[in-house]
Amino acid sequence: MSIKQISVFIENKPGVLYAMTGVLAQGGVDMRSFTLAETSDFGIARIIVDDVYKASTTLKDAGYVHSISDVLGVAVPDEPGGLSKVLQALTDAQVNVEYMYVFQGHKNTGSAYTIFKVADNAAAAAALSQRGIKVIDQAEIEKL
Amino acid sequence: MERYYQPEIECASREQIKAWQDERLVKQVRHVWDNVPYYRKKMEEKGLTPDDIQSSDDLHKLPFVTKADLREAYPYGLVAKPLKECVRIQSTSGTTGKRVVAFYTQHDIDLWEDCCARAIMAAGGTDEDVCQVSYGYGLFTGGPGLNGGSHKVGCLTIPTSSGNTERQIMFIKDLSATILCCTPSYAAYIGETMKEMGLTPDQIPLKAGIFGAEAWSEEMRQDIQNTLGIKAYDIYGLTELSGPGVSFECSAQTGMHINEDHFIAEIIDPDTGEVLPEGSKGELVFTSITKEAFPLLRYRTRDICMLTREKCSCGRTHVKMCKPMGRSDDMLIIRGVNVFPSQIETVLLNHGYPANYQIIVDRVKNTDTLDVQVEMTPEMFTDNMGEIAKRQKELVDGLRSMLGLAAKVTLVAPKSIVRSEGKAVRVIDKRKI
Repeated sequence: MSIKQISVFIENKPGVLYAMTGVLAQGGVDMRSFTLAETSDFGIARIIVDDVYKASTTLKDAGYVHSISDVLGVAVPDEPGGLSKVLQALTDAQVNVEYMYVFQGHKNTGSAYTIFKVADNAAAAAALSQRGIKVIDQAEIEKL
Repeated sequence: MERYYQPEIECASREQIKAWQDERLVKQVRHVWDNVPYYRKKMEEKGLTPDDIQSSDDLHKLPFVTKADLREAYPYGLVAKPLKECVRIQSTSGTTGKRVVAFYTQHDIDLWEDCCARAIMAAGGTDEDVCQVSYGYGLFTGGPGLNGGSHKVGCLTIPTSSGNTERQIMFIKDLSATILCCTPSYAAYIGETMKEMGLTPDQIPLKAGIFGAEAWSEEMRQDIQNTLGIKAYDIYGLTELSGPGVSFECSAQTGMHINEDHFIAEIIDPDTGEVLPEGSKGELVFTSITKEAFPLLRYRTRDICMLTREKCSCGRTHVKMCKPMGRSDDMLIIRGVNVFPSQIETVLLNHGYPANYQIIVDRVKNTDTLDVQVEMTPEMFTDNMGEIAKRQKELVDGLRSMLGLAAKVTLVAPKSIVRSEGKAVRVIDKRKI
Protein backbone atom coordinates (compact mmCIF):
# COMPACT_ATOMS: atom_id res chain seq x y z
CA MET A 1 0.00 0.00 0.00
CA SER A 2 2.02 2.94 -1.20
CA ILE A 3 1.98 5.80 -3.65
CA LYS A 4 4.57 6.94 -6.17
CA GLN A 5 6.60 10.06 -5.57
CA ILE A 6 8.75 11.55 -8.29
CA SER A 7 12.02 13.17 -7.13
CA VAL A 8 13.67 15.53 -9.59
CA PHE A 9 17.23 16.84 -9.42
CA ILE A 10 17.35 20.58 -9.97
CA GLU A 11 20.00 23.21 -9.55
CA ASN A 12 19.51 25.91 -6.96
CA LYS A 13 19.43 28.96 -9.20
CA PRO A 14 16.90 31.40 -10.60
CA GLY A 15 14.50 30.09 -13.21
CA VAL A 16 14.99 26.37 -12.84
CA LEU A 17 11.77 25.70 -10.94
CA TYR A 18 9.88 27.75 -13.43
CA ALA A 19 11.44 25.81 -16.28
CA MET A 20 10.59 22.47 -14.70
CA THR A 21 6.98 23.33 -13.90
CA GLY A 22 6.70 24.65 -17.44
CA VAL A 23 7.79 21.27 -18.77
CA LEU A 24 5.19 19.50 -16.63
CA ALA A 25 2.50 21.94 -17.69
CA GLN A 26 3.37 21.37 -21.35
CA GLY A 27 3.09 17.64 -20.72
CA GLY A 28 -0.37 18.10 -19.21
CA VAL A 29 0.70 16.77 -15.82
CA ASP A 30 -1.56 17.67 -12.90
CA MET A 31 0.31 17.91 -9.62
CA ARG A 32 -1.25 16.87 -6.34
CA SER A 33 1.63 18.03 -4.24
CA PHE A 34 4.97 19.74 -4.68
CA THR A 35 7.70 20.16 -2.12
CA LEU A 36 11.32 21.14 -2.29
CA ALA A 37 14.37 20.02 -0.34
CA GLU A 38 17.41 22.14 -0.97
CA THR A 39 21.11 22.66 -0.35
CA SER A 40 22.98 25.80 -1.37
CA ASP A 41 23.65 24.49 -4.86
CA PHE A 42 21.07 21.88 -5.72
CA GLY A 43 17.68 20.68 -4.66
CA ILE A 44 15.29 17.80 -4.98
CA ALA A 45 11.75 18.58 -6.05
CA ARG A 46 9.39 15.90 -4.76
CA ILE A 47 6.09 15.73 -6.54
CA ILE A 48 2.94 13.66 -6.40
CA VAL A 49 1.08 13.64 -9.69
CA ASP A 50 -2.08 12.34 -11.26
CA ASP A 51 -0.22 10.25 -13.84
CA VAL A 52 3.21 8.95 -12.86
CA TYR A 53 4.05 7.46 -16.26
CA LYS A 54 3.20 10.66 -18.12
CA ALA A 55 5.14 12.82 -15.67
CA SER A 56 8.16 10.54 -15.76
CA THR A 57 8.37 10.38 -19.55
CA THR A 58 7.79 14.13 -19.84
CA LEU A 59 10.66 14.83 -17.45
CA LYS A 60 12.95 12.30 -19.10
CA ASP A 61 12.32 13.74 -22.55
CA ALA A 62 13.22 17.19 -21.24
CA GLY A 63 16.51 15.83 -19.85
CA TYR A 64 15.73 15.88 -16.14
CA VAL A 65 17.38 13.32 -13.87
CA HIS A 66 14.70 11.91 -11.60
CA SER A 67 13.77 8.85 -9.60
CA ILE A 68 10.51 7.29 -8.47
CA SER A 69 10.10 6.06 -4.93
CA ASP A 70 7.34 4.46 -2.92
CA VAL A 71 6.04 6.63 -0.12
CA LEU A 72 3.17 6.28 2.28
CA GLY A 73 0.08 8.45 1.80
CA VAL A 74 -2.16 8.92 4.79
CA ALA A 75 -5.53 10.66 5.06
CA VAL A 76 -5.40 12.67 8.25
CA PRO A 77 -8.61 14.08 9.76
CA ASP A 78 -8.43 17.84 9.31
CA GLU A 79 -8.89 18.66 13.00
CA PRO A 80 -6.70 19.45 16.04
CA GLY A 81 -4.61 16.42 17.00
CA GLY A 82 -5.13 14.70 13.64
CA LEU A 83 -1.46 14.51 12.68
CA SER A 84 -0.40 13.77 16.22
CA LYS A 85 -2.54 10.63 16.25
CA VAL A 86 -0.87 9.38 13.08
CA LEU A 87 2.60 10.02 14.43
CA GLN A 88 1.75 8.30 17.68
CA ALA A 89 0.82 5.15 15.77
CA LEU A 90 4.11 5.26 13.86
CA THR A 91 6.10 5.92 17.04
CA ASP A 92 4.47 2.99 18.82
CA ALA A 93 5.40 0.79 15.88
CA GLN A 94 8.99 2.20 16.02
CA VAL A 95 8.80 3.51 12.47
CA ASN A 96 11.33 6.25 11.76
CA VAL A 97 10.09 9.08 9.56
CA GLU A 98 12.81 10.22 7.17
CA TYR A 99 10.74 13.15 5.99
CA MET A 100 7.09 14.08 5.62
CA TYR A 101 4.91 16.78 4.17
CA VAL A 102 1.23 17.63 4.19
CA PHE A 103 -1.09 18.71 1.43
CA GLN A 104 -4.75 19.49 1.16
CA GLY A 105 -6.85 17.71 -1.43
CA HIS A 106 -8.61 20.11 -3.75
CA LYS A 107 -11.97 18.46 -3.13
CA ASN A 108 -13.35 19.16 0.31
CA THR A 109 -13.00 15.74 1.87
CA GLY A 110 -12.44 16.88 5.43
CA SER A 111 -8.99 15.30 5.31
CA ALA A 112 -5.46 16.56 4.84
CA TYR A 113 -3.07 14.22 3.14
CA THR A 114 0.30 13.45 4.58
CA ILE A 115 3.15 11.86 2.69
CA PHE A 116 5.64 9.91 4.77
CA LYS A 117 9.03 8.66 3.70
CA VAL A 118 9.78 5.66 5.88
CA ALA A 119 12.04 2.63 5.57
CA ASP A 120 9.24 0.04 5.58
CA ASN A 121 5.97 1.13 3.95
CA ALA A 122 4.13 -2.12 4.67
CA ALA A 123 4.94 -2.10 8.40
CA ALA A 124 3.96 1.56 8.71
CA ALA A 125 0.71 1.01 6.78
CA ALA A 126 -0.20 -1.93 8.99
CA ALA A 127 0.47 0.08 12.16
CA LEU A 128 -1.77 2.88 10.91
CA SER A 129 -4.60 0.64 9.70
CA GLN A 130 -4.67 -1.02 13.12
CA ARG A 131 -5.54 2.34 14.64
CA GLY A 132 -8.20 3.01 12.04
CA ILE A 133 -6.12 5.59 10.15
CA LYS A 134 -6.76 5.61 6.43
CA VAL A 135 -3.81 4.89 4.17
CA ILE A 136 -4.43 5.95 0.58
CA ASP A 137 -3.18 4.34 -2.60
CA GLN A 138 -2.20 5.55 -6.04
CA ALA A 139 -5.72 5.14 -7.43
CA GLU A 140 -7.03 7.54 -4.82
CA ILE A 141 -4.34 10.07 -5.58
CA GLU A 142 -5.40 10.02 -9.21
CA LYS A 143 -8.98 10.75 -8.21
CA LEU A 144 -8.19 13.58 -5.83
CA MET B 1 77.37 -4.12 -15.23
CA GLU B 2 76.06 -1.06 -17.07
CA ARG B 3 76.19 -1.35 -20.83
CA TYR B 4 76.35 1.50 -23.32
CA TYR B 5 75.72 1.64 -27.03
CA GLN B 6 78.03 4.63 -27.56
CA PRO B 7 80.01 4.97 -24.32
CA GLU B 8 82.30 7.72 -25.63
CA ILE B 9 79.20 9.86 -26.23
CA GLU B 10 76.92 8.73 -23.41
CA CYS B 11 79.64 9.16 -20.77
CA ALA B 12 81.43 12.16 -22.33
CA SER B 13 82.54 15.01 -20.10
CA ARG B 14 80.17 17.96 -19.67
CA GLU B 15 82.74 20.14 -21.47
CA GLN B 16 82.72 17.79 -24.43
CA ILE B 17 78.92 17.76 -24.55
CA LYS B 18 78.84 21.56 -24.43
CA ALA B 19 81.40 21.74 -27.22
CA TRP B 20 79.26 19.47 -29.42
CA GLN B 21 76.19 21.51 -28.68
CA ASP B 22 77.91 24.83 -29.42
CA GLU B 23 79.26 23.67 -32.74
CA ARG B 24 76.11 21.86 -33.86
CA LEU B 25 73.70 24.61 -32.86
CA VAL B 26 75.63 27.24 -34.81
CA LYS B 27 75.62 24.96 -37.84
CA GLN B 28 71.92 24.13 -37.44
CA VAL B 29 70.90 27.80 -37.23
CA ARG B 30 72.81 28.52 -40.43
CA HIS B 31 71.14 25.47 -42.05
CA VAL B 32 67.58 26.61 -41.29
CA TRP B 33 68.34 30.23 -42.18
CA ASP B 34 69.56 29.12 -45.58
CA ASN B 35 66.87 26.52 -46.28
CA VAL B 36 63.68 27.30 -44.42
CA PRO B 37 62.06 30.66 -45.25
CA TYR B 38 59.62 30.15 -42.37
CA TYR B 39 62.52 30.17 -39.87
CA ARG B 40 64.32 32.99 -41.57
CA LYS B 41 61.19 35.13 -41.31
CA LYS B 42 60.74 34.27 -37.63
CA MET B 43 64.37 35.18 -36.92
CA GLU B 44 64.15 38.39 -38.92
CA GLU B 45 61.08 39.40 -36.94
CA LYS B 46 63.27 39.23 -33.83
CA GLY B 47 66.06 41.10 -35.60
CA LEU B 48 68.31 38.05 -35.61
CA THR B 49 70.79 36.71 -38.15
CA PRO B 50 72.82 33.49 -37.86
CA ASP B 51 75.77 35.58 -36.64
CA ASP B 52 73.91 36.30 -33.41
CA ILE B 53 74.19 32.64 -32.46
CA GLN B 54 77.80 31.95 -31.57
CA SER B 55 77.27 29.13 -29.07
CA SER B 56 74.58 27.32 -27.12
CA ASP B 57 74.69 30.26 -24.67
CA ASP B 58 72.87 32.28 -27.35
CA LEU B 59 70.08 29.74 -27.71
CA HIS B 60 67.69 31.82 -25.59
CA LYS B 61 67.71 34.57 -28.25
CA LEU B 62 65.95 32.37 -30.80
CA PRO B 63 62.17 32.44 -31.21
CA PHE B 64 60.13 29.48 -30.04
CA VAL B 65 58.46 27.02 -32.37
CA THR B 66 55.06 25.74 -31.31
CA LYS B 67 52.63 23.15 -32.52
CA ALA B 68 50.70 26.02 -34.12
CA ASP B 69 53.77 26.76 -36.28
CA LEU B 70 53.89 23.13 -37.37
CA ARG B 71 50.24 23.27 -38.38
CA GLU B 72 50.68 26.54 -40.22
CA ALA B 73 53.70 25.21 -42.08
CA TYR B 74 52.02 21.88 -42.91
CA PRO B 75 53.08 19.95 -44.88
CA TYR B 76 56.40 21.20 -46.30
CA GLY B 77 56.93 24.60 -44.68
CA LEU B 78 59.60 23.45 -42.20
CA VAL B 79 61.38 20.92 -44.36
CA ALA B 80 65.05 21.89 -44.64
CA LYS B 81 66.23 19.39 -47.24
CA PRO B 82 65.11 18.77 -50.82
CA LEU B 83 62.43 16.07 -50.84
CA LYS B 84 64.60 13.87 -53.01
CA GLU B 85 67.04 13.59 -50.09
CA CYS B 86 64.25 12.63 -47.68
CA VAL B 87 63.53 8.92 -47.30
CA ARG B 88 60.70 8.70 -44.74
CA ILE B 89 57.84 10.46 -43.08
CA GLN B 90 56.27 9.67 -39.72
CA SER B 91 53.21 11.32 -38.31
CA THR B 92 51.54 12.12 -35.01
CA SER B 93 48.18 10.68 -34.10
CA GLY B 94 46.52 14.05 -34.61
CA THR B 95 44.52 13.78 -31.39
CA THR B 96 44.93 17.48 -30.63
CA GLY B 97 44.19 18.71 -34.13
CA LYS B 98 45.76 18.33 -37.51
CA ARG B 99 48.41 15.69 -37.88
CA VAL B 100 52.04 16.74 -37.75
CA VAL B 101 54.12 15.20 -40.51
CA ALA B 102 57.86 14.90 -39.84
CA PHE B 103 60.49 14.21 -42.51
CA TYR B 104 63.71 12.20 -42.29
CA THR B 105 66.82 11.82 -44.38
CA GLN B 106 68.74 8.54 -44.07
CA HIS B 107 71.13 10.37 -41.72
CA ASP B 108 68.16 11.39 -39.52
CA ILE B 109 66.89 7.81 -39.38
CA ASP B 110 70.36 6.59 -38.40
CA LEU B 111 70.69 9.03 -35.53
CA TRP B 112 67.15 8.29 -34.34
CA GLU B 113 67.87 4.57 -34.32
CA ASP B 114 71.11 5.21 -32.44
CA CYS B 115 69.08 6.92 -29.74
CA CYS B 116 66.74 3.93 -29.51
CA ALA B 117 69.73 1.56 -29.41
CA ARG B 118 71.10 3.51 -26.44
CA ALA B 119 67.74 3.03 -24.69
CA ILE B 120 67.74 -0.71 -25.33
CA MET B 121 71.29 -1.15 -24.03
CA ALA B 122 70.50 1.01 -21.00
CA ALA B 123 67.74 -1.52 -20.26
CA GLY B 124 70.37 -4.26 -20.33
CA GLY B 125 69.93 -5.31 -23.97
CA THR B 126 72.75 -6.96 -25.95
CA ASP B 127 73.07 -8.84 -29.24
CA GLU B 128 72.11 -12.00 -27.35
CA ASP B 129 68.66 -10.67 -26.55
CA VAL B 130 65.38 -11.27 -28.32
CA CYS B 131 63.51 -8.00 -28.54
CA GLN B 132 59.78 -8.02 -29.22
CA VAL B 133 58.50 -4.71 -30.55
CA SER B 134 54.80 -4.49 -29.76
CA TYR B 135 54.47 -0.80 -30.52
CA GLY B 136 52.39 -0.04 -33.58
CA TYR B 137 54.29 0.02 -36.87
CA GLY B 138 53.35 2.55 -39.51
CA LEU B 139 53.02 6.31 -39.25
CA PHE B 140 53.42 6.06 -35.48
CA THR B 141 57.09 6.35 -34.51
CA GLY B 142 57.02 3.71 -31.74
CA GLY B 143 57.37 0.59 -33.88
CA PRO B 144 59.86 1.85 -36.50
CA GLY B 145 62.05 3.58 -33.87
CA LEU B 146 62.51 0.65 -31.50
CA ASN B 147 62.72 -1.75 -34.43
CA GLY B 148 65.70 0.21 -35.81
CA GLY B 149 67.30 0.49 -32.38
CA SER B 150 66.91 -3.23 -31.78
CA HIS B 151 68.67 -3.97 -35.09
CA LYS B 152 71.53 -1.64 -34.20
CA VAL B 153 72.06 -3.40 -30.86
CA GLY B 154 71.95 -6.69 -32.74
CA CYS B 155 68.97 -8.15 -30.92
CA LEU B 156 66.90 -10.75 -32.68
CA THR B 157 63.91 -8.55 -33.40
CA ILE B 158 60.30 -9.74 -33.39
CA PRO B 159 58.20 -7.08 -35.11
CA THR B 160 54.79 -8.13 -33.79
CA SER B 161 53.40 -4.58 -33.81
CA SER B 162 50.45 -4.06 -31.46
CA GLY B 163 47.32 -6.18 -31.10
CA ASN B 164 46.47 -9.90 -31.02
CA THR B 165 47.62 -10.24 -27.44
CA GLU B 166 47.53 -14.03 -27.21
CA ARG B 167 49.81 -14.24 -30.22
CA GLN B 168 52.13 -11.69 -28.57
CA ILE B 169 52.36 -13.97 -25.55
CA MET B 170 52.89 -17.03 -27.72
CA PHE B 171 55.89 -15.34 -29.40
CA ILE B 172 57.30 -14.18 -26.07
CA LYS B 173 57.10 -17.75 -24.79
CA ASP B 174 58.02 -19.76 -27.88
CA LEU B 175 60.81 -17.48 -29.14
CA SER B 176 62.06 -16.57 -25.67
CA ALA B 177 61.70 -12.83 -25.97
CA THR B 178 63.73 -11.14 -23.23
CA ILE B 179 62.87 -7.52 -23.95
CA LEU B 180 59.41 -6.11 -24.62
CA CYS B 181 58.83 -2.68 -26.19
CA CYS B 182 55.31 -1.20 -26.13
CA THR B 183 53.14 1.37 -24.41
CA PRO B 184 52.85 0.92 -20.63
CA SER B 185 49.12 0.36 -20.87
CA TYR B 186 49.64 -2.41 -23.42
CA ALA B 187 52.32 -3.96 -21.18
CA ALA B 188 49.79 -3.99 -18.33
CA TYR B 189 47.24 -5.61 -20.64
CA ILE B 190 49.71 -8.26 -21.78
CA GLY B 191 50.40 -8.99 -18.10
CA GLU B 192 46.70 -9.30 -17.37
CA THR B 193 46.16 -11.64 -20.32
CA MET B 194 49.09 -13.81 -19.24
CA LYS B 195 47.51 -14.17 -15.85
CA GLU B 196 44.21 -15.19 -17.43
CA MET B 197 46.08 -17.78 -19.50
CA GLY B 198 47.46 -19.18 -16.24
CA LEU B 199 51.05 -18.07 -16.86
CA THR B 200 53.21 -16.90 -13.96
CA PRO B 201 56.12 -14.43 -14.40
CA ASP B 202 58.70 -17.21 -13.96
CA GLN B 203 57.23 -19.12 -16.91
CA ILE B 204 58.10 -16.34 -19.33
CA PRO B 205 61.63 -15.33 -20.30
CA LEU B 206 61.15 -11.52 -20.33
CA LYS B 207 63.64 -9.58 -18.21
CA ALA B 208 63.12 -5.98 -19.27
CA GLY B 209 60.54 -3.71 -20.87
CA ILE B 210 60.91 -0.34 -22.60
CA PHE B 211 57.65 1.50 -22.28
CA GLY B 212 56.68 4.97 -23.48
CA ALA B 213 54.48 7.15 -25.70
CA GLU B 214 52.09 7.88 -22.87
CA ALA B 215 52.18 9.08 -19.28
CA TRP B 216 52.44 6.42 -16.60
CA SER B 217 52.90 6.55 -12.87
CA GLU B 218 55.40 4.90 -10.49
CA GLU B 219 52.49 2.77 -9.21
CA MET B 220 51.92 1.48 -12.72
CA ARG B 221 55.63 0.70 -13.06
CA GLN B 222 55.56 -1.42 -9.89
CA ASP B 223 52.47 -3.17 -11.11
CA ILE B 224 53.95 -4.02 -14.53
CA GLN B 225 57.26 -5.10 -12.97
CA ASN B 226 55.43 -7.49 -10.67
CA THR B 227 53.01 -9.01 -13.18
CA LEU B 228 55.63 -9.51 -15.89
CA GLY B 229 58.57 -10.19 -13.57
CA ILE B 230 60.75 -7.63 -15.37
CA LYS B 231 62.41 -4.26 -14.89
CA ALA B 232 60.33 -1.60 -16.63
CA TYR B 233 62.15 1.35 -18.24
CA ASP B 234 60.63 4.60 -19.39
CA ILE B 235 61.40 6.12 -22.79
CA TYR B 236 60.38 9.56 -24.03
CA GLY B 237 60.12 11.18 -27.41
CA LEU B 238 58.05 13.21 -29.82
CA THR B 239 57.42 12.63 -33.50
CA GLU B 240 58.28 16.29 -34.05
CA LEU B 241 61.83 15.66 -32.82
CA SER B 242 62.32 12.13 -34.25
CA GLY B 243 60.28 9.73 -32.11
CA PRO B 244 61.05 7.62 -29.05
CA GLY B 245 64.59 7.90 -27.74
CA VAL B 246 64.85 11.64 -27.22
CA SER B 247 65.47 10.49 -23.67
CA PHE B 248 65.50 7.12 -21.91
CA GLU B 249 65.87 5.56 -18.51
CA CYS B 250 68.96 3.76 -17.23
CA SER B 251 69.39 1.19 -14.46
CA ALA B 252 68.96 3.92 -11.84
CA GLN B 253 65.31 4.38 -12.92
CA THR B 254 65.34 7.92 -11.55
CA GLY B 255 64.76 9.96 -14.67
CA MET B 256 65.49 9.81 -18.37
CA HIS B 257 68.84 10.80 -19.89
CA ILE B 258 68.30 13.23 -22.74
CA ASN B 259 70.52 12.53 -25.75
CA GLU B 260 72.23 15.89 -25.51
CA ASP B 261 74.49 15.33 -28.48
CA HIS B 262 71.30 15.53 -30.58
CA PHE B 263 68.92 17.63 -28.52
CA ILE B 264 69.41 20.69 -26.33
CA ALA B 265 66.85 20.82 -23.55
CA GLU B 266 65.65 23.95 -21.76
CA ILE B 267 63.08 24.51 -19.05
CA ILE B 268 61.09 27.71 -19.45
CA ASP B 269 58.35 29.55 -17.65
CA PRO B 270 55.35 28.70 -19.86
CA ASP B 271 53.84 32.17 -19.33
CA THR B 272 56.84 34.42 -19.85
CA GLY B 273 59.03 32.18 -21.99
CA GLU B 274 61.95 32.96 -19.68
CA VAL B 275 64.57 30.22 -19.27
CA LEU B 276 64.54 28.80 -15.73
CA PRO B 277 67.56 27.54 -13.79
CA GLU B 278 68.31 23.82 -13.41
CA GLY B 279 65.98 22.08 -11.00
CA SER B 280 63.03 24.40 -11.73
CA LYS B 281 59.72 23.03 -12.80
CA GLY B 282 58.56 24.40 -16.13
CA GLU B 283 57.86 23.66 -19.75
CA LEU B 284 60.31 21.46 -21.58
CA VAL B 285 61.75 22.96 -24.79
CA PHE B 286 63.91 21.07 -27.27
CA THR B 287 66.23 22.09 -30.06
CA SER B 288 67.29 19.37 -32.46
CA ILE B 289 70.88 20.10 -33.44
CA THR B 290 71.64 17.18 -35.73
CA LYS B 291 68.45 16.65 -37.72
CA GLU B 292 68.73 17.53 -41.37
CA ALA B 293 65.27 17.23 -42.88
CA PHE B 294 63.05 18.51 -40.09
CA PRO B 295 65.10 20.53 -37.61
CA LEU B 296 63.18 22.23 -34.83
CA LEU B 297 64.62 25.14 -32.90
CA ARG B 298 63.28 25.70 -29.39
CA TYR B 299 60.22 23.53 -29.85
CA ARG B 300 57.76 23.93 -26.99
CA THR B 301 56.68 20.44 -25.95
CA ARG B 302 54.01 21.69 -23.52
CA ASP B 303 55.24 19.00 -21.13
CA ILE B 304 55.87 20.22 -17.60
CA CYS B 305 59.13 18.80 -16.39
CA MET B 306 62.32 19.22 -14.36
CA LEU B 307 65.95 18.64 -15.39
CA THR B 308 68.85 17.51 -13.26
CA ARG B 309 72.57 17.19 -14.00
CA GLU B 310 73.28 15.39 -10.76
CA LYS B 311 75.77 12.56 -11.22
CA CYS B 312 73.97 9.37 -12.19
CA SER B 313 75.00 5.98 -10.80
CA CYS B 314 74.88 4.51 -14.33
CA GLY B 315 77.87 6.56 -15.43
CA ARG B 316 76.04 8.53 -18.12
CA THR B 317 76.69 12.25 -18.07
CA HIS B 318 73.74 13.48 -20.10
CA VAL B 319 71.12 15.54 -18.31
CA LYS B 320 68.12 13.71 -16.85
CA MET B 321 64.49 14.74 -17.11
CA CYS B 322 61.77 13.56 -14.75
CA LYS B 323 58.55 11.97 -15.97
CA PRO B 324 56.47 14.80 -17.47
CA MET B 325 54.12 16.05 -14.76
CA GLY B 326 51.41 17.34 -17.04
CA ARG B 327 50.88 19.75 -19.89
CA SER B 328 51.50 23.47 -19.63
CA ASP B 329 48.60 24.34 -21.89
CA ASP B 330 46.12 23.21 -19.28
CA MET B 331 47.97 23.75 -16.03
CA LEU B 332 46.33 26.00 -13.48
CA ILE B 333 48.03 27.59 -10.52
CA ILE B 334 45.53 27.80 -7.69
CA ARG B 335 46.67 29.23 -4.37
CA GLY B 336 50.20 28.54 -5.55
CA VAL B 337 49.48 24.88 -6.24
CA ASN B 338 49.81 23.47 -9.76
CA VAL B 339 46.62 21.75 -10.78
CA PHE B 340 46.01 19.79 -13.96
CA PRO B 341 42.49 19.04 -15.19
CA SER B 342 43.65 15.48 -15.81
CA GLN B 343 44.16 15.03 -12.05
CA ILE B 344 40.62 16.18 -11.39
CA GLU B 345 39.32 13.90 -14.11
CA THR B 346 41.07 10.93 -12.52
CA VAL B 347 39.37 11.61 -9.19
CA LEU B 348 35.95 11.99 -10.81
CA LEU B 349 36.27 8.74 -12.73
CA ASN B 350 37.49 6.93 -9.62
CA HIS B 351 34.36 8.04 -7.81
CA GLY B 352 32.02 6.84 -10.52
CA TYR B 353 31.23 10.24 -12.00
CA PRO B 354 31.20 10.80 -15.75
CA ALA B 355 33.90 12.81 -17.49
CA ASN B 356 31.43 15.65 -18.04
CA TYR B 357 32.81 18.35 -15.83
CA GLN B 358 33.95 21.91 -15.76
CA ILE B 359 36.50 23.57 -13.56
CA ILE B 360 35.74 27.12 -12.50
CA VAL B 361 38.53 29.13 -10.95
CA ASP B 362 37.81 32.50 -9.42
CA ARG B 363 39.32 34.89 -6.93
CA VAL B 364 37.19 35.91 -3.98
CA LYS B 365 38.64 38.34 -1.41
CA ASN B 366 42.16 37.73 -2.74
CA THR B 367 41.85 33.97 -2.39
CA ASP B 368 41.62 31.61 -5.34
CA THR B 369 38.61 29.35 -5.40
CA LEU B 370 38.27 26.08 -7.24
CA ASP B 371 34.81 24.85 -8.10
CA VAL B 372 34.46 21.51 -9.85
CA GLN B 373 31.10 21.23 -11.52
CA VAL B 374 29.93 17.72 -12.23
CA GLU B 375 26.82 16.67 -14.04
CA MET B 376 24.34 14.59 -12.09
CA THR B 377 23.55 11.27 -13.74
CA PRO B 378 20.55 8.95 -13.35
CA GLU B 379 22.94 6.38 -11.82
CA MET B 380 24.21 8.78 -9.17
CA PHE B 381 20.85 10.33 -8.32
CA THR B 382 18.80 9.26 -5.37
CA ASP B 383 15.91 10.78 -3.44
CA ASN B 384 18.10 10.57 -0.36
CA MET B 385 19.67 13.99 0.24
CA GLY B 386 22.07 12.60 2.84
CA GLU B 387 23.38 10.01 0.41
CA ILE B 388 24.05 12.63 -2.26
CA ALA B 389 25.79 14.86 0.29
CA LYS B 390 27.90 11.91 1.43
CA ARG B 391 29.06 11.17 -2.12
CA GLN B 392 29.75 14.84 -2.66
CA LYS B 393 31.94 14.89 0.43
CA GLU B 394 33.81 11.78 -0.68
CA LEU B 395 34.58 13.57 -3.92
CA VAL B 396 35.79 16.68 -2.07
CA ASP B 397 38.05 14.48 0.08
CA GLY B 398 39.34 12.66 -2.99
CA LEU B 399 40.18 15.96 -4.69
CA ARG B 400 41.92 17.25 -1.58
CA SER B 401 44.17 14.24 -1.34
CA MET B 402 44.98 14.34 -5.07
CA LEU B 403 45.55 18.09 -5.39
CA GLY B 404 46.53 19.06 -1.87
CA LEU B 405 43.92 21.76 -2.15
CA ALA B 406 40.36 22.27 -0.97
CA ALA B 407 37.90 22.29 -3.83
CA LYS B 408 34.18 22.79 -3.91
CA VAL B 409 32.08 20.26 -5.77
CA THR B 410 28.88 21.49 -7.37
CA LEU B 411 26.41 19.05 -8.81
CA VAL B 412 24.78 20.48 -11.90
CA ALA B 413 21.95 19.42 -14.16
CA PRO B 414 22.59 16.86 -16.90
CA LYS B 415 23.75 18.34 -20.23
CA SER B 416 24.18 21.74 -18.59
CA ILE B 417 27.91 21.76 -19.29
CA VAL B 418 28.34 23.07 -22.79
CA ARG B 419 29.52 20.53 -25.34
CA SER B 420 31.77 21.73 -28.09
CA GLU B 421 32.48 20.12 -31.40
CA GLY B 422 36.20 20.20 -30.90
CA LYS B 423 38.06 19.95 -27.64
CA ALA B 424 35.88 20.28 -24.55
CA VAL B 425 36.13 23.52 -22.60
CA ARG B 426 37.18 22.16 -19.24
CA VAL B 427 38.43 25.24 -17.51
CA ILE B 428 36.89 28.65 -16.95
CA ASP B 429 39.32 30.97 -15.23
CA LYS B 430 37.50 34.08 -14.05
CA ARG B 431 40.43 35.51 -12.12
CA LYS B 432 41.53 39.00 -12.99
CA ILE B 433 45.08 39.25 -11.84
